[in-house]
Amino acid sequence: MSEYQVSQERRIALESGKTKKRAIKINETHFYRGLRVVGLAFFTFLVLFPLYTVVTTSIKPLQDVQSAFHWIPSHVTFAPYGDIWQTVPLARYFINSVVISGSATVISVAIAILAGYALSRYRFPGRRVFSLVVLSTQMFPGILFMLPLFIIFINIQQVIGVQLYGSYLGLIITYLTFSLPVAIWMLAGYFDSLPKGLEEAAGIDGASPLGTLVRIIIPISMPGIVAVAIYSFMTAWNELLFASILTTDTTRTLAVGLQGYATQSNVYWNQLMAASIVVSIPVVIGFLALQKYMVQGMTAGAVK
Amino acid sequence: MSASKTMVQAETPERMATQPRKRPPRPQLSKRLAPYVFIAPAVIFEFIIHILPMLVGIAISLIGLTLFYIHYWTQAPFIGLQNYKVALNLSGAAGSALLHSFLITVAYTVLVVCGAWVLGMAAALLLNGNFRGRNWFRTLFLIPFAMPAYIVVITWSFMLQKDNGAVNALLGDLHITNPPFWLVGTNAFWSMVMTAIWRSWPLAFLFLLAGLQTIPSDMYEAASLDGASKWRQFLTITLPMLKPVNVVLLLVTFLWTFNDFNTPFVLFGAAPPPAADLLSLHIYVNSFINWNFGLGSAMSVLLLIFLFLVSLVYLGIFQAGGEAE
Repeated sequence: MSEYQVSQERRIALESGKTKKRAIKINETHFYRGLRVVGLAFFTFLVLFPLYTVVTTSIKPLQDVQSAFHWIPSHVTFAPYGDIWQTVPLARYFINSVVISGSATVISVAIAILAGYALSRYRFPGRRVFSLVVLSTQMFPGILFMLPLFIIFINIQQVIGVQLYGSYLGLIITYLTFSLPVAIWMLAGYFDSLPKGLEEAAGIDGASPLGTLVRIIIPISMPGIVAVAIYSFMTAWNELLFASILTTDTTRTLAVGLQGYATQSNVYWNQLMAASIVVSIPVVIGFLALQKYMVQGMTAGAVK
Repeated sequence: MSASKTMVQAETPERMATQPRKRPPRPQLSKRLAPYVFIAPAVIFEFIIHILPMLVGIAISLIGLTLFYIHYWTQAPFIGLQNYKVALNLSGAAGSALLHSFLITVAYTVLVVCGAWVLGMAAALLLNGNFRGRNWFRTLFLIPFAMPAYIVVITWSFMLQKDNGAVNALLGDLHITNPPFWLVGTNAFWSMVMTAIWRSWPLAFLFLLAGLQTIPSDMYEAASLDGASKWRQFLTITLPMLKPVNVVLLLVTFLWTFNDFNTPFVLFGAAPPPAADLLSLHIYVNSFINWNFGLGSAMSVLLLIFLFLVSLVYLGIFQAGGEAE
């Protein structure tokens, strides 16, 4: 694969040349340490510059954010954090987003556990086709199936009377399928890492496949399941395109509702930034707290 | 869930007949059916939300579904490939606008994917080692990716304001006079690129750091003993060893960026400057603002075909390369 596969001779050469290597290392260390400090400073600035802007803007009065930008706020006020709830019905959007994302997450995780378990533990005809089709739906441009989905929802409503357009239900079933492919992929990988003897022991006791899954596999897979749940929740929480078409005033989610801070005549930048912080905190904290599992799950397929 | 239980019970007589032991293993039929019961809910939902709409989308692209037929869409006339002809007729208004949008999207995708990769690679190399505070930096670098995408775009749309934005304030502090209007004209394109790179480099960083940690360190030791410079080590060890990670990472970021809707939509709404007219938004405007669903669907199908071909060729090249080595 690479020019520098370590061979036996090189290993011996490496040991005999230890002193020479050390001499080089000392010279290099200063240079690379300096480079590292500069690099880390650059990336820290890159990340913190927008975050600092958001936080300081959210505590400035409106006239300050409409005039020239100042690094240090001249007046500090927490009023924007109170005003955001009045300017737009943010609390309602918040509840809508929590209900929709939460329900989509619960259902998506349940479905992904079943499907991921089947992929991990059974070899059955159609297995390959199923995993290929599920993963390739990740490739679809959202715009391609949004328009037909809109028409399908309207028709289902007319024919069988189940309201999908403008209702929680429509957005829930849409969002749960968005996270499903990655959720199935992550969980199948997680189940693969569990020893097979677990099921065999349960099988002797006469437990059904579903019973084994619920009583044996799920309890010991909680870290993987939690990571998948966070991923599903973030996917739904962050979605804008479908929400902008499939919701009405009463079911608006945060992603769409935040546009309310920009009116024809005025943009309430300080409130918009305060609301952005309020909206981001749940998912950012969730992601960072569970980053270890998230990273493992997301990169597992690529690194192996 | 209850389906699998019922099924298991239904098999009981057969089990009793063939397996005389007191506590026999589960009968074979239920074992064979179990995986299908497990994947059934996933199949049903994927079918309703992805497969069926895709088929309906292809059907809509063949009919003249415009504003006039929106309430009587079943009566919209079948016009065959007419919508495709309009979309691909480069001398017509719709066709040339689509081509323009396509080229803008290609340029945007190339710049964002490359920019995100370079930044992600640099950050991953910086953090690939043991030093104090490493975990803090790792967490910090993940924040842009953990934030909701539309919040990132809102943040940048404020930062890029001409008079009250932070970017121009920073340029002013660096004594750059005549700060530009970022969100109009051609600058709109660069604003979009900047925003998208800031949002996506942490993903590249994540993947590449995970990849770097799988490379055994004695490979580098052997190389430096042979007198290979750091740069040469990067080219001959790091890059080849990261190939599997890169194949997945570049495909994923390509698809996300090419289909990006949030960035232009939150920055510019449904009326973007021509330089920021990405395909997803272009199709959205044609479908939902101009109410030409037939044409919009034809464009979506063309987009899907394009993405599919690119992915196939890409994976084909990669696999051929993998076998040759």
